[in-house]
Amino acid sequence: MDYVIEMLGIRKEFGSFVANDNITLQLKKGEIHALLGENGAGKSTLMNVLFGLYQPEAGEIKVKGKTVKITDPNVANDLGIGMVHQHFMLVENFTVTENIILGNELTKAGVVDIKDAAKKIRKLSEMYGLDVDPNAKIEDISVGMQQRVEILKTLYRGADILIFDEPTASLTPQEINELIQIMKRLIQEGKSIILITHKLKEIMDVSDRVTVIRKGEGIGTVVTAETNPNELASLMVGRQVEFKTVKSEANPTDETLVIKDLVVADYRGIDKVRGLNLTVRKGEILGIAGIDGNGQSELIEAITGLRKTKAGTVSINGQDITNKKPRKITESGVGHIPQDRHKHGLVLDFSIGHNIALQTYYQEPISKNGFMNYSKVSELAQKVIKDFDVRTQGEHTPARALSGGNQQKAIIGREVIRDPELLIAALPTRGLDVGAIEFIHQRLIEQRDNGKAVLLLSFELDEVMNVSDRIAVIYDGQIVDTLLPKETSEQELGLLMAGQKKNSNKVKQGETTHVE
Amino acid sequence: MSNRVVNILVPVISVILGLLVGAIVMLVSGYDPIAGYSALWNGIFGDTYAIGETIRQITPYLLAGLSVAFAFRTGLFNIGVEGQLLVGWFAAAYVGIAFDLPMYIHLPFAIIAAALAGAAWAFIPGLLKAKLQVHEVIVTIMMNYIALHTTNALIKIVSDGGDNTGTINASASLKSAFFESITDYSRLHYGIFIALAMVLLMWFILDKTTTGYELKAVGFNKHASEYAGMNVNKNIILSMVISGAFAGLAGAMEALGTFQYANVKGGFTGIGFDGIAVALLGANTPLGVIFGAVLFGSLKYGALNMPNEAGIPVEIVSIVIAIIIFFVACGYVIRYFLEKATKKKEAK
Repeated sequence: MDYVIEMLGIRKEFGSFVANDNITLQLKKGEIHALLGENGAGKSTLMNVLFGLYQPEAGEIKVKGKTVKITDPNVANDLGIGMVHQHFMLVENFTVTENIILGNELTKAGVVDIKDAAKKIRKLSEMYGLDVDPNAKIEDISVGMQQRVEILKTLYRGADILIFDEPTASLTPQEINELIQIMKRLIQEGKSIILITHKLKEIMDVSDRVTVIRKGEGIGTVVTAETNPNELASLMVGRQVEFKTVKSEANPTDETLVIKDLVVADYRGIDKVRGLNLTVRKGEILGIAGIDGNGQSELIEAITGLRKTKAGTVSINGQDITNKKPRKITESGVGHIPQDRHKHGLVLDFSIGHNIALQTYYQEPISKNGFMNYSKVSELAQKVIKDFDVRTQGEHTPARALSGGNQQKAIIGREVIRDPELLIAALPTRGLDVGAIEFIHQRLIEQRDNGKAVLLLSFELDEVMNVSDRIAVIYDGQIVDTLLPKETSEQELGLLMAGQKKNSNKVKQGETTHVE
Repeated sequence: MSNRVVNILVPVISVILGLLVGAIVMLVSGYDPIAGYSALWNGIFGDTYAIGETIRQITPYLLAGLSVAFAFRTGLFNIGVEGQLLVGWFAAAYVGIAFDLPMYIHLPFAIIAAALAGAAWAFIPGLLKAKLQVHEVIVTIMMNYIALHTTNALIKIVSDGGDNTGTINASASLKSAFFESITDYSRLHYGIFIALAMVLLMWFILDKTTTGYELKAVGFNKHASEYAGMNVNKNIILSMVISGAFAGLAGAMEALGTFQYANVKGGFTGIGFDGIAVALLGANTPLGVIFGAVLFGSLKYGALNMPNEAGIPVEIVSIVIAIIIFFVACGYVIRYFLEKATKKKEAK
C-alpha cells in the first residue's frame, strides 16, 4: 500500500497527562483523510507531533515509506508537509505575496524579488483554482480568501501533504462550499490532505477515510462511504448520540422572567432593542430565534445588568431588576452562560477552580469575613469538574489550557450548580462537538424539569427547534412572533427571522432567509 | 533537568554572566576587574557597617518594589512610586517634627501619615483611570513632578525658607541603638521589619482575601469581573491606593529611618523608578520582590565602594551594575538555552 504518511503507535505525554496514546494514522496518496475527535481529544497534539512542534514519547513516523524524525517545523516543511492553521498567521498590512514569501524571500542582488514571486503565486493560484490576487492586502480580503492565502503559502513552499486544522470554523456556508471544491482540486493535482474537524457533515461530504480518536486514544480508521454520521458520532463520543434531543412535555407554571416594553441602545447609542415584550415561565425553555444583530446581545446584557436600559422593565419572580447591578441580578436568581466565554465567562489566566468560584467567591462557605477559604473553592471546583464532566488535568490547570467544550462545561457547571430561577444560555454550544452539545442540551432540559425557567439564545435553527418548548422570533429589536416547535417549520421561522410577517405568502425578491 | 534545578540555575548563571561581561567592560576601560569586584564585595559584605548599610538600602527598595508589583497584579502600571514616595517622605517628616507625643503614638502616627499621603497621591490617577479612562502611566508620571516640587515648596515653608526640615523628634524615629551597636554605627533602622511585614501583607491580601481575588480577577479580565458582579472601578482605585500606601511607606523609611529629616531635592531619588525593575525582576510576586530588592540594594550600595577602593570611575561602575541587572532580567534567555540543552540530552 502506498502511504505518504504513517504515524504508528504515537504516544505523547505532558507530565502525567497522556494526550496521545497509541494512535495510528495512515494517509494514502491522493486522499482526504479526516481526523475526527471531540474538543480536547488530542487531534491538535497529534498534528503538532507530525509538524515537529512536539516530540512523541513513543511511536514511529514514516514519510513515503521512510522512517523520519521531525524535530522542528522546518524539517516538516522539507518533507513536504504543510499546515493550514485554524488561526491564520498573516501580517494584516502586507500583501498576499509578501505574506507568502515571508521567511522564504527570493532575492536578486540583495533585493527581494517581489515581481517574480507574485508571478509564481499567480500561477499556483490558477493551477488550483484559488482565484487569489497576489497584490491584494490581507486586511482588504475576506476570511475565506485569507485561508486560501494560507493554502498558497504551503503550496509555494512545495508541500504535497496538507494539514487543515478546523478549516471551516470561521467560514460562511458559501465559503465552506468553495473550500470543499478547492480541496477536491488539490487532490486531483496529486496532493494528499489531512482534515482535522469535529463536524460530521463535512467529513461525510469530502473525506475518503476517517481516523477517530477519543480521549487521546486511537479508536480506528473507517472508510467514509461505509459509515454514517450516527456511527461516527458514537465512535467519537464512545456511546450512542441522540441527534434529536429527547425530552418530555414541558409543564410550565408561573411567570419567572417578565420583560415589558424594553428599549436598549448599543454602544453607539442606537436602539437595538425596541419595545420588546417577553415572558419565560417556570418549567419551560424559551428559545430566541433570530439572525445575529437583531438586538439579541443587547437584550441579554440588559437582563443581566451589563448594559443600561433606556425604557421598559425587567422582573424576576415579580421582583423588579431593571438596571440593577449585575451582582444584585445574580442574587435575584439569574444564572448566565455568556455569549462570549473568553470575554465574559472566564478569567483565562485564573485556574479553572478559581473560575468555578467566580460567582460565589464572596459568599459563605467559599469565603468568610473577607477571607477566602481555598479548600472550599477546591471542593466546589472538584464537584463541578466531576458532575459536569469537565476534562482537565485538575482544578489548578489554567482555564486557558482547556478546550472550548470543557471551558463551556465549567461555566455551565458554575451557573447551574447555583440552581438559578432563570438560566440564560447565550449560544451555549457555539464551536462545540456533538458530544458536548448533547450534554449541554440535557443540562438545560434538566434545569427545566426541575421547574426552573430557561432562556436559550441561539443562531442555529436546529438547536432552537430541538431544545425549546416555545420559540420567540426576534427581528429588529422586537419579538415578532412566539410559536411552538411542533407547530412550525424551519421555513416559517426563517421567514419570520427575515422580517416577513406571519401568514404573508409573498416573499420579497432579494430578501434572504439565510441563517447562520 | 528538573524545573527546580532550572529555577535555581537561571539566576545563578545570569549573575555570573553579568559579572563576566562587566569584567570585560572594566578590562577594556583599563581597570582591574578583580580589584573592582573585590571592592564591590567589600562594599556589600566587607564589615558589619557595610552589611548594615546594605540592608538599610534594601529597605526602601522592598517597599517601592511591592508598590509597583501590587499595581501590576491588578493590571495597572504605577510609574508614580517616586512621587508617592516623596509625599510620604514629607508627611512622615512633618509629623515627626510638628508633634510631640509618646513614641507608641507618635511613631505609628508618622508611619501611617506617610502611607496615607502616598495612598492619596495614588488615589488621583486611580480615580481618573476608573472614571474617565485616563491612562495611569501619563498621570502618574506627571504627578511625580508635581510631588517633587510641591514637597520642596512645603519643606521651605516648614523650615522658614531653609532647605531642610530639621531632625525629627526621637519619639518618631525608627533609629535602632541595637542595630547601631552591632553594625558599627551604620544607619540601619527598624524599618526593615516594617518592609518585611509589608511583603507578608501583600502576599496575604492577594492570596488569602476576597479583595485579593477580586483585584487579580479585575487585573486579568475586566469584562469577566464585571459579569461576576465585581465593582471594577472600585478595584482599580483600591489597587492604586494600596500601591501608593506601600510607596508612601518607602518614603517613611527615609524620613524616619535613614535621614531623620526631609530636605529640598534637586531631582528624583530614583528609588521609585528602580522599584519598577525590582518588581519585574521578582515577577511581581512578594517573594520575588525580596530577591529583586536584595539584588538592587546590594549592588547599588556596594558599588559606592568601587571608586574609593579600586579607583574605578563612577561612570564605569554604573555600566557594570547595569550590565549585571540586565543579565538577570534576561533570565528567560538563559532558561531557553538550558531547556534546549536538556531536550537535546533527552533526544540522545
